[in-house]
Amino acid sequence: MGAHSEGNHGSAFLREVIADTPGGERIVHCLQCGSCGGSCPSGADMQYTPRTIFAMINANQRDAVLSANTMWYCVSCYLCMTRCPQNIPITDVMYALKRLAIAEGKARGTDAPALAKTFTDILEKYGRSFELGLASRYYLLNRPMAMMKMGPMGLSMFTRGRMALLPTKIKNLDQLQAIIKKARELGEAS
Amino acid sequence: MAERVGIYVCHCGSNIAGTVDVEEVARWAGQHIKDVVVSKDYKFMCSSLGQAMIEEDIKTKGLTRVVVAACSPHLHEKTFRRACANAGLNPYLCQMTNIREHVSWVCTDKAAGTEKAKALVSASAERVKYQRPLEPMYVDVNPATLVVGGGIAGLQAALELADAGHPVYLVEREPSIGGHMAQFDKTFPTLDCSACILTPKMSEAGQHENITLLTYSELEEVSGSVGGFTVKIRKKARYVDYDKCTGCGICSEKCPRKVIDTVFEAGIGERKAIYSPFPQAVPRIPVIDVDSCLYFTRGKCQVCSKVCPTNAIDYEQKDELIEVKVGNIILATGWKLFDCARMPQYGYGRLANVFTNLEFERLCNAAGPTNGKIVLRDGKTEPKSVAIIHCVGSRDVNYNEGCSAVCCMAALKLGHLVLEKTNAEVYSFYIDMRTNQKMYEEFYQRLLAEGMHFVRGKVAEVTDAARNPDEQGKLIVQCEDTLLGRQRRIPVDMVVLMSAMEPQADAKELGLKCGISCSMAGWYTERHPKLDPVATMTDGVFVAGVCQGAKDIPASVAQGAAAAARVQGMITKGRVMIEPIVATIDEEGCSGCRICNNLCPYNAIEFDEEKKVSRVIAALCKGCGTCVAACPAGVITGAHFNNQQIFAEIEGALWDAAAAKTEEETATQSVSA
Amino acid sequence: MKYAYYPGCSMECNAAAYEMSTQVVARALGFKLVEVDDWNCCGATEFFSQDELTASAVVARNLALVAPELNQLVAPCAACYLNLAKTDRLMQDNATINAKVNEALAAGGLKYKAGRVRVRHLLDVIYQDFGEERIREKVVRSLEGLRVAPYYGCQVVRPIKGDDSTEYPLHMDELFKWLGAEVVDYPVKAHCCGGHMTQISEPQAFELIRRLLQSAVDYEADMILCMCPMCQLNLDAYQSRVNGFFGTNFRMPIVYFTQMLGVALGFELKELGFGKELVSAEPALRAKLAQRASV
Repeated sequence: MGAHSEGNHGSAFLREVIADTPGGERIVHCLQCGSCGGSCPSGADMQYTPRTIFAMINANQRDAVLSANTMWYCVSCYLCMTRCPQNIPITDVMYALKRLAIAEGKARGTDAPALAKTFTDILEKYGRSFELGLASRYYLLNRPMAMMKMGPMGLSMFTRGRMALLPTKIKNLDQLQAIIKKARELGEAS
Repeated sequence: MAERVGIYVCHCGSNIAGTVDVEEVARWAGQHIKDVVVSKDYKFMCSSLGQAMIEEDIKTKGLTRVVVAACSPHLHEKTFRRACANAGLNPYLCQMTNIREHVSWVCTDKAAGTEKAKALVSASAERVKYQRPLEPMYVDVNPATLVVGGGIAGLQAALELADAGHPVYLVEREPSIGGHMAQFDKTFPTLDCSACILTPKMSEAGQHENITLLTYSELEEVSGSVGGFTVKIRKKARYVDYDKCTGCGICSEKCPRKVIDTVFEAGIGERKAIYSPFPQAVPRIPVIDVDSCLYFTRGKCQVCSKVCPTNAIDYEQKDELIEVKVGNIILATGWKLFDCARMPQYGYGRLANVFTNLEFERLCNAAGPTNGKIVLRDGKTEPKSVAIIHCVGSRDVNYNEGCSAVCCMAALKLGHLVLEKTNAEVYSFYIDMRTNQKMYEEFYQRLLAEGMHFVRGKVAEVTDAARNPDEQGKLIVQCEDTLLGRQRRIPVDMVVLMSAMEPQADAKELGLKCGISCSMAGWYTERHPKLDPVATMTDGVFVAGVCQGAKDIPASVAQGAAAAARVQGMITKGRVMIEPIVATIDEEGCSGCRICNNLCPYNAIEFDEEKKVSRVIAALCKGCGTCVAACPAGVITGAHFNNQQIFAEIEGALWDAAAAKTEEETATQSVSA
Repeated sequence: MKYAYYPGCSMECNAAAYEMSTQVVARALGFKLVEVDDWNCCGATEFFSQDELTASAVVARNLALVAPELNQLVAPCAACYLNLAKTDRLMQDNATINAKVNEALAAGGLKYKAGRVRVRHLLDVIYQDFGEERIREKVVRSLEGLRVAPYYGCQVVRPIKGDDSTEYPLHMDELFKWLGAEVVDYPVKAHCCGGHMTQISEPQAFELIRRLLQSAVDYEADMILCMCPMCQLNLDAYQSRVNGFFGTNFRMPIVYFTQMLGVALGFELKELGFGKELVSAEPALRAKLAQRASV
């Protein structure tokens, strides 16, 4: 009854995704027009287009959505989001789905979570990103064969002074780590 | 003697009762409000049984005042005033309290809603006690009607009225009547030629003895009210003498200055600096476009004047302001096309062979710039494939949230024309196919059979960025085929954008002149969306056609006729009631300062030179209250809204504060005692 | 004019040419970039994929470190710009997240009032705050004859709507018209460079890179101008791998817009970081600009 009853309706998974996405309440307005799927630079490689994902969310297909490759092919270009005729924050929904999939270990057939993990580990350790460290650790652990192909490129980068051998550390690393620790606690508490 | 007040609280089914405890409101009012003799709730107060109950109570219980707490007075004030009148009570002693729009529809908390309803009922009850009996006034209805807009809706309205024997002033901004319909080639779903069915109506209107055609003219100012409006109209200078010109067209033929015609030809054709928009124009009198005319811009040429066989060219002509008096006004001002350049992803303006639907209509039209040949922007190459994109600027919260209603059918029609006139493959990219009128679905089926390709998906982009040799030199339409769940890229030669219908840029301004408002989307607001679609909240002002909301030709014609019928009803009745809610000036106290005379927006205050006082002309006064507030001597009273009534209403609304204060006082007194 | 400056990790090494040319151009135009003291990585797209709150707190530390007398923060990298701007906006719009982020910041002795700092991309600062007249005045070496393809990428033009179009931006186009260059009006200037996909799915990333290079070639551009280190890296460093993968023969120089702005302002190629790109820009520069000035 009335304007404030949204949120009690729709599938359980729909409500979950809405809660996890800033601006997520727009999801219910999806027209299934496909302008997201049509705009996506990775659309052709996705198992399900973003539009299909929205239909699946409505149909409460939680497992199928969280183990889909769709969000892992999202390149965060935001084309879908600015074109969406219903102002649905599609890219942000993809981020929410990534987080849910990682949290539940459902991410499949992609090295993206591994890359993300390596990246954040380095960030936590040094406060800055460190390309060589990121590349060597991520490739060695996840894609040793690809490492070989990267060789010549890495060398070219190195000779042009574009690849540092040592990481830069921020001065007040303790402060950053304390912030991260506290943020994690707060996140887990809620 | 105390008044005897009756309170009637309506459930409106569950509309009010769902969020307001109406029984509690009635019970409370009966116990707590002073002078209340009877207080009742009822399922539907507006039903005949509800009305009968009120009438019965007035007669048997001797009620002198009535409060009905229900819906908006816009809906049922008349109903309940009539009921009171039937029982012998002056209708202005009945007050409505809106506990639906103001309470139940905007509240979710039932307890809070109930409290608010009590406060509003209390306010009305206190106010009504001070209301005075008023006698309605009547004015004669001028049988002449002003129709603004000479498109199909306005034409229909004008002809209906004129045929019934009433005078009509038909005002049109462009040099000819006909509107957008004159630009189209065929009309759906029957595919009859647009000009063939429209031009007879145009010439009929042009020749009708009861129609005064005012083309190339715009509405400047409206004053007065229902039954007696005075309207100022600006007749823009045509620089052609209307009486001398025979419409032979030699001037246009010989005019050396060609310009792109962005109006009638939608930018894909040309016209001359002196022109008539199209051969069947009504009237056939051309106009000079001073911005492109060589004589007006450079001081040289005058070819038109030299070749005119009747000496009709008049470079000195000036705009003319004329004044007409009418009883009713019909606005049929139509729409404008969405600017497709606002969606750069579709390439309009950058990619030559992306067209708007209006450009494409002109391309298909046998009388258009290509004589009806469908060709690319180069003017000669026939396309081998055409993509028609639906919902461009419609159904999109970034531009127009609503559906433009006609594009699906128009897209099918244009698709049919391409299939009929060329060997091209035609693709329609739609979100939902909306073909919900008589013979429309059948037309869709026809196009399916004719081999038009349908792809369900809103197009993401139209690009010239080829990814493979097949796409080279083509326009690639990229979308998700939502029925396949796959991304598709379809290379075509030509793209047609089915652009949204938008309210005219000056719709709001014109509405204000006539005292009517626009919806959030910018369309004129009708009195009731279902039950009173062509009347407006301002008596005597009606709307017809697309200016009230996107619609197709049949629906526009129906509204034009409906508006005419409503106006005829007014004319037949002969006189209309005017609310007696007007201002009066106490001449004793008037100092003759004339502040009110100058402030009155309706010119309803005259000055008596002899007595040196101001006086309100009741028939013109709209009861707006401006003079009441401005009078430095405080001697102007607005009937039905005097200070006593307003203060009582406020006191009533704040009953709980008053009650608390009384309690406090009693407490203090007992302490001091 | 004085701005807080958040260079971002790439500027330290991989995008050194961007950093060098940015500093040179800033000096020439007379604005001061005050580096945020002890800034940390913005988390790129990676942190937000894992933990929104922690990612926001990590970004917010940088906003909190902006010197109190400065209220505008300039970022030259698209991802940094978006993370900083988006976090600020999220904190403004969402009271719960705002409170939690500040609680986390407090653990490090910091706080940030959402909306205090206006985050801007370097291009916007140069385009808006200096504008046509002042920039034209400073041009000593017109780029006439050079066909440049401005490449905006994604995250500066979307999703946060500024004054430029999200589909078909024009600010860099206009800037280079002021500098005398021929600006190529090609259709993919705000399409994706592949982002981090070069690390995850090469076939996909290489295809996105190929589309951009192909369109620039189709429109006969001499070079692509970038405004983000990630875009430059993908288009430049991966170009030979893309050629290998598709059997194409792209030789498209990819340089930062600040480098070419520096050229127009009269600086030497070396001080602008030319030579660090893997596909050398020198042949194009020599061919197109040599006849009129010593390059």
